[in-house]
Amino acid sequence: MSAHADTHAHDDHGHHPKETFVTKYIFSQDHKMIAKQYLVTGTFMGIIGILMSLMFRMQIAWPEEPNVLFEALLGKWAPDGVMDADIYLALVTIHGTIMVFFVLTAGLSGTFSNLLIPLQIGARDMASGFLNMVSYWLFFVSCVIMIISLFVEAGPAAAGWTIYPPLSALPMAQGGSGMGMTLWLVSMAIFIASSLIGSLNYVVTVLNLRTKGMSMTRLPLTIWAFFVTAIIGVISFPVLLSAALLLVMDRSFGTSFFLSDIFIQGEVLHYQGGSPVLFEHLFWFLGHPEVYIVILPAMGLVSEIMASNSRKPIFGYRAMITSILAIAFLSTIVWGHHMFISGMNPFLGSVFTFTTLLIAIPSAVKAFNWITTLWKGNLQMNPAMLFSIGFVSTFITGGLTGIILGDSALDINVHDTYFVVAHFHLVMGISALYGMFAGIYHWYPKMYGRMLNKNLGYIHFWITAICAYGVFFPMHFIGMAGLPRRYYTNTNFPLFDDLANVNVIITLFALFGGVVQLIYLYNFFISMYYGKKATQNPWKSTTLEWTTPVEHIHGNWPGALPEVHRWAYDYSKPGHDSDYVMQTEPMKEGEVELHH
Amino acid sequence: MTTLLTIIVLVFISVAIWQMVKIFDLAQAKSDNSQVATDKDNTLNGYLMMGFLAFIYIITIVSFAKWGDLPLMSNSASAHGPTIDNLMAISMVLIFFVQTLTQFLLHYFAFKYKGEKGKKALFFADNNKLEFIWTIIPVIVLAGLIIYGLNTWINITSVDETEDPLVIELYAQQFNWKARYSGTDNTLGKANVRLIDIDRANILGLDEADPNAQDDIITTELHLPVGKPVLFKMRSQDVLHSAYMPHFRAQMNCVPGMITQFGFTPTVTTAEMRQNPDMVDKVSNINKIRLNKSKLLVAKGEDALERYEFDYLLLCNKICGKSHYNMQMKIIVETQEEYNAWIASQKEFKNSLIN
Repeated sequence: MSAHADTHAHDDHGHHPKETFVTKYIFSQDHKMIAKQYLVTGTFMGIIGILMSLMFRMQIAWPEEPNVLFEALLGKWAPDGVMDADIYLALVTIHGTIMVFFVLTAGLSGTFSNLLIPLQIGARDMASGFLNMVSYWLFFVSCVIMIISLFVEAGPAAAGWTIYPPLSALPMAQGGSGMGMTLWLVSMAIFIASSLIGSLNYVVTVLNLRTKGMSMTRLPLTIWAFFVTAIIGVISFPVLLSAALLLVMDRSFGTSFFLSDIFIQGEVLHYQGGSPVLFEHLFWFLGHPEVYIVILPAMGLVSEIMASNSRKPIFGYRAMITSILAIAFLSTIVWGHHMFISGMNPFLGSVFTFTTLLIAIPSAVKAFNWITTLWKGNLQMNPAMLFSIGFVSTFITGGLTGIILGDSALDINVHDTYFVVAHFHLVMGISALYGMFAGIYHWYPKMYGRMLNKNLGYIHFWITAICAYGVFFPMHFIGMAGLPRRYYTNTNFPLFDDLANVNVIITLFALFGGVVQLIYLYNFFISMYYGKKATQNPWKSTTLEWTTPVEHIHGNWPGALPEVHRWAYDYSKPGHDSDYVMQTEPMKEGEVELHH
Repeated sequence: MTTLLTIIVLVFISVAIWQMVKIFDLAQAKSDNSQVATDKDNTLNGYLMMGFLAFIYIITIVSFAKWGDLPLMSNSASAHGPTIDNLMAISMVLIFFVQTLTQFLLHYFAFKYKGEKGKKALFFADNNKLEFIWTIIPVIVLAGLIIYGLNTWINITSVDETEDPLVIELYAQQFNWKARYSGTDNTLGKANVRLIDIDRANILGLDEADPNAQDDIITTELHLPVGKPVLFKMRSQDVLHSAYMPHFRAQMNCVPGMITQFGFTPTVTTAEMRQNPDMVDKVSNINKIRLNKSKLLVAKGEDALERYEFDYLLLCNKICGKSHYNMQMKIIVETQEEYNAWIASQKEFKNSLIN
């Protein structure tokens, strides 16, 4: 198989038509360029998503106070600078949608799966370069539609990122459920198509295009993570697509999949026999695997970066793969823990509590293995390494509270409070973002042929790390005081007056943390042109991507494809002078593998 | 005009930050920098890791000290409340322990093993015994938590009909709550939103022909007799809502088209809760905050805030539209006598209709 791919790619290489600007930068079929397109698009969406969160955080901290920023950015939605309650919900909704799907799914997985799968398995490109290009452009179109939806007359979708019907189905229930929600659904349908095409491509590429000697048990953990992520995506995204289509039917064609017995604004609607609980099942059947679609690639990146920067093999390589597989399997049978109090049978709740708490086991194994990877290492504190350590820290802090939320009896009382917001932001939001930053700092030289400024990286990491805890740690406590999420203001509840100052502190940390990201943006864009030129293997890593030339070429390797002789983690192996041995280096005579 | 000015100011601030970063960037360009961490970087960041560990511990301690009176962990007002609080306390202690330990190991290792030129790391790829230990420990701990948790959950959700609970309907609509008492027969009359007739004041869609519906009582305040099991039947007329009663450790979604339920026994009357020392502290603290706020308001020529007095509340806890943030109902827990007097003063359904 690989031999075939080899000759084929060579033919391609020989008489490649001259590249134009359009084929190189816009409709590129080269996986490295597509990765960069994903990254830049994801970054742009991320800026919008974070700006939205800063706006609604200001509203929570200083409720109903005129704010010139609102007046400037929200226009008619903030008359005299006072934010409208509907637009508050819209901001919360679109922030969630953008961050979960457009930044942490497409921006993270799209960037690094594209960049690293061919490079790390020794392939000339993805199995289908054309489909890869189609996948990116569908993603781009879905981003454009989502942004357009911000400008419709009655406002963008505002039913929460989970878009539970009937609220999302009935324009008379909420302004955003009209044109805004239609565009939201169209955008997400296109996004899902993009994600499915991308995922299929990743799976096929990993299975079929591995170079000679690259067995599954020699793959870097990044590739394992991307591979399993793509499989979960293929299994679960179609279910969301079907939920979205059924919702479209209910909204536009009078069906009653999710709606029944509704009396609103003085009239009885015709819907009969549907159930919103069905939608919740369908939504979370994707929705929960989705959080693992977000976090697994980050875990893969962190595993790779930690091993490389610790100059040590990742501890428990097989256990890491097993736990990725276990998490992936369990992720598809825990969706009901979002629905303990949805009205579904309490017995089902028991089953989902059981499966949910089981996920703590592979997660704990991973955390312990990362910590052990650091033990007796020779840690190179590059910015990527700092973000990886930060990842483990927030993953533990956020993950532990999952023990409370996954327990149905305890969930009764903290469900939909700020406790939940704190939990998932730490465990999947901040953690995945750290994984993404770690990946960018580590593979920037591979993407742009230049180095990011490390001192700016250090400042970026430390301030971000402090702000992330500053925002989300106190948030647990207002949740445990019973404060519900998605409240435009808490001033109608004197009961919560003593939490107002906590909300101010959280917002201040958020504003500071948000502004600090400018340092990163500066570093990212300026280093493309003025950064120090990268060497071929700046971090002295063992994996195949560092055997390619710094200048990007089609087909990745100028000559024959590399041959692999060992696993990806021969760091500081006894019997070698250097503290890393490239995967392409043949085993010495009498050398044995020192791992399972 | 303000819009334009604000945007200009924002642009200037961004440019200023950008320029500051640029100066910082250029200032270090001279020192031949490969942008790969040096021993100096490793040492500095190693120490910062220890500093960060201290920061995590400090923010934990400060949070617990300042905001650690956790209303959802103490002073529950229902019979099942203490079992949830107990489980919560056990989970929190466990989390606290694991968090403190693992964060220490993570950051301490990052400090202790910071890289030095010429040093070689230990090649330590796997160890079956270690991996077995840290797989089996979570298994045992979680098995305990799962058994305890499920036991609690089943006890809470199984309704004991033999106890003859008081049946009350909680009815949700954008953006308020109604309660429907089942009257002397303790049976709710049939209802469907299709039967709503605003002109006749049949606002909850009761079946006017159903004999069980005749003595039903619809109210806008929820009164509960202390010590008496209550079974709530939830209904919604438009979108999803969630009936959240944090003091009673109770919550259930209200779903249009179906009836959901949640039962509990209130154990502390509103009057008793107002006397609870923790609650007295909390309320006086809140009133202090409100007083300060009022001073500012009055200075601006607005009305002062009312003095706060504690009441149990029913909140909507599922996003339901524009005024979701203000969908609440007062709950009053009182003695059986007080309750009897109150319910006797309410109008029965058959007498509330307009013909």
